[in-house]
Amino acid sequence: MNDMQTPLDESGVLDRFLSENRLFCAPDPAIMEDHRIGPRDAREQALLEGEVDPHRINQVRGLILAALDEGNTMIEQMGAAPGAKWGDMVAAIFTASGDLSMIAPHGVVGFAACCHYPIKFIRKYWEHDPTVGVRDGDGFIHNDARYGGIHNTDQSMILPLFWKGRLICWLSATVHEGENGSCEPGGMPAAAESKYDEGLKMPPFRVVENFQIRRDLQTFLQNSVRDPKLQYEDMKVKLHSVLRLRERVLRILEEHGEEALIVTLRKNLEDVVEEVKRRIRELPDGTTRVVSFADSTLRENALLKLNMAITVQGERMTIDMRGSAPEIINRSINTNLASFKTMLFTGYLQNIWPDLPQCMAVFTPLEFVFDERSLLNGSFETPQAMSLIPLFKAMTIACIPMAKFNYMLPHRYTAMVAPQYDQPATLIYGGLTQHGEQVGNFCADINGMGQGGRSHRDGEHSVSPPFAAHCDLGEIELMEEDIPIVRLGAFTLAKDRVGFGKQRSGLGYEQIATFRGTGLWGFMTGCSGSLFPSALPLFGGYASPAYPLCKIKGVNVFDLMRETPEAFRFDIVELMNTQPFPGASYSTHDMGMTFELAAPGELYMMCQGAGGGYGDVLQRDPAQVMLDVAEDLISDVTARDIYKVVFDADTHVVDEAATAEWRAAERRERLARGRPYDEFVADWVAPEPPASLPFFGSWSDPQQVYGVTMGQRVAMPASGLESMFMLNPKDVRIAQLEAELLAARGSAD
Amino acid sequence: MRVLVTENLRIDLEQELWECRHCETALIGARENYKRGLLVYDRDPREIHKPLLDPRKYERTYSPHPQWCRILEYYCPQCGAMIETEYLPPGHPPVRDIDFDIDALKRQWADREEVIEAPVGSEPPRRRGHSHAH
Repeated sequence: MNDMQTPLDESGVLDRFLSENRLFCAPDPAIMEDHRIGPRDAREQALLEGEVDPHRINQVRGLILAALDEGNTMIEQMGAAPGAKWGDMVAAIFTASGDLSMIAPHGVVGFAACCHYPIKFIRKYWEHDPTVGVRDGDGFIHNDARYGGIHNTDQSMILPLFWKGRLICWLSATVHEGENGSCEPGGMPAAAESKYDEGLKMPPFRVVENFQIRRDLQTFLQNSVRDPKLQYEDMKVKLHSVLRLRERVLRILEEHGEEALIVTLRKNLEDVVEEVKRRIRELPDGTTRVVSFADSTLRENALLKLNMAITVQGERMTIDMRGSAPEIINRSINTNLASFKTMLFTGYLQNIWPDLPQCMAVFTPLEFVFDERSLLNGSFETPQAMSLIPLFKAMTIACIPMAKFNYMLPHRYTAMVAPQYDQPATLIYGGLTQHGEQVGNFCADINGMGQGGRSHRDGEHSVSPPFAAHCDLGEIELMEEDIPIVRLGAFTLAKDRVGFGKQRSGLGYEQIATFRGTGLWGFMTGCSGSLFPSALPLFGGYASPAYPLCKIKGVNVFDLMRETPEAFRFDIVELMNTQPFPGASYSTHDMGMTFELAAPGELYMMCQGAGGGYGDVLQRDPAQVMLDVAEDLISDVTARDIYKVVFDADTHVVDEAATAEWRAAERRERLARGRPYDEFVADWVAPEPPASLPFFGSWSDPQQVYGVTMGQRVAMPASGLESMFMLNPKDVRIAQLEAELLAARGSAD
Repeated sequence: MRVLVTENLRIDLEQELWECRHCETALIGARENYKRGLLVYDRDPREIHKPLLDPRKYERTYSPHPQWCRILEYYCPQCGAMIETEYLPPGHPPVRDIDFDIDALKRQWADREEVIEAPVGSEPPRRRGHSHAH
């Protein structure tokens, strides 16, 4: 029986054989599970042991940031993707070992936490592979988030920079390109039931040689997507933006020398690590917690729990996401560990420590704990094309527990802020344009989400998506020249859809879209939050409302605009409640809709949402409430029922004394209806989730996780989660209808 | 020495008590879950996030679904200030959201001056000099 054992002198041969004959270079857990900067390399060590000139570092740092900003602006100005036009992109620079040191100041900050993963892969697997290698003039393309990234709509162009024959640093440009040949147009298919429905899945590979795109590989990529023009144009845009960035960095090398560049890139990372450790040490020791819920898999309603506990002890901070929902093997809303950490990073850099340099080192002092095979730590085979469902919630979830650590500090790095609206609330489209071209992509007007209320003022209206504070909105007129979508109700703030509080949230805007000029066009949406509010409140405020998707079908609104334009106006609530179009069908739905074809002139309507409210509504200044009424942000009914303000219906003049008395009476009502906590909990807490609720995640014990597989509830140990498998929603519907039919036949008999 | 913890709560370190910042009364011992010192009310979310679409016509109305979501409102038992809110599915255990090491907190604040009014903090950076005006 010893025949199978390998003699010691042959083990080296076997190891070499295995390393030289790797079956498949899959994502490497040693890379993908390590969010930290690596150790200094020999050159960095030697240089940083010597004297460092902080003035020169500052000068070089400024030159690099200016170069990155120029590269980013070039992409924005030249890029063809809607994402490029409104700023969903970044230019970045890395150390020679692949640690991301700086991004363009107006780039999407989340990319600062993930663009390094594919470079680490290139260094480990391709650099010394005789069939690949890394040479001056090379460029690598990448999009698969399993090898690093946010999601697979984002494509990167990555170039090594050589100086005097040595690799000095890496440069990259990344853009949300959208279309990638997935089973639904636009690159984010909710309908994907396996990762093989996701379209292009590019690990990093060389597509540029001698600074030229290889035409054969470019053609392969163009042949794999619906929009070959976009694929070609933006590959060139990214390449030439990085080449410009390369020119600038070469000039820095000529002027300041390689030592200055190497020291600047490395020191920027190490200084950030020390600063973050110092900030953690300032916080109280202990644990703060929050739970957040998404209410949809985008195919069916389900309550998906995100369970967060943040523990601080000295200069250690641990983010524990155990007890969250399990992964779903045939739904596209799973994400992988690295992408989820990337979006947590986004939340920290946008809402908690926005003054820190934007580099991957921010999270180096942090530790993370996840369950294996959770929705947030999905295994390799899970579809992840619509990972935005957990990822958008990741951008805001830490606001609440971190506010409970930060509030006491004598110095704040930014104001306390309740979570921003956290859904990708826009239409994804696909079809033939009015020019006969096939396209699929993501509408740019995702940038209208309301911010949460702050400690000292209300949240900003329609300020940005939660991952890109600096992003813009492209020119609507230019979009309408390219694609057949017509926005009939864009950018009107959604009245009464507010996170109420002492400081209210900002409002999102309404989007009413239709199309014309083509016979083949359709839409999809990919949001949760139609049953359970998405943006949570802070310190006693209220959340955002729940948002439906509204449709008006069986009508061509362009005909009616010609015939009776005075008979209606484009306001979602008014259109749906008054139903002014004869013969049309009016319906509401979850904001998760798989792709469907529409007819010209039909209306698809949704909202960018509001953020969470901050503080007790009864502490809101009555004058601020009435200003909201005057600005048509809230109705008279809301001012009275929610804020308890007494005012004259005609003049809107506040009766201060009556308001104070009404608010005092409301406080007395609270005392009358509230029950002591222990007594309340004894009645309220159920031993397990209600049987009627498809609940995924832990309930009372984070070590026991509930899920559903093949329609049956299962309880699993968190340490041994198994993938859930969902029934086909159409099969479920057929079974329901058959049961109803059977019952009807039974009663007829 | 009192340490501010939220917009509505603080801890008296000497007395080891949670206190309401509005009426300045003690709620419960600082080593306890502060929620145990409060009153709780199970709010139907439709009372706050009212249906804007006609519920007779539509299933989705901008209101949360009351069988999926409830609002737990936490009140100070003395003054009725709303200290905290929590959005949970029916029957879900309330979360112990703040769980500090009080001994470590005392050591940490031994060298700090008391903060009476919470600082605001600086505004986040915003892009300037860009306009869609024509």
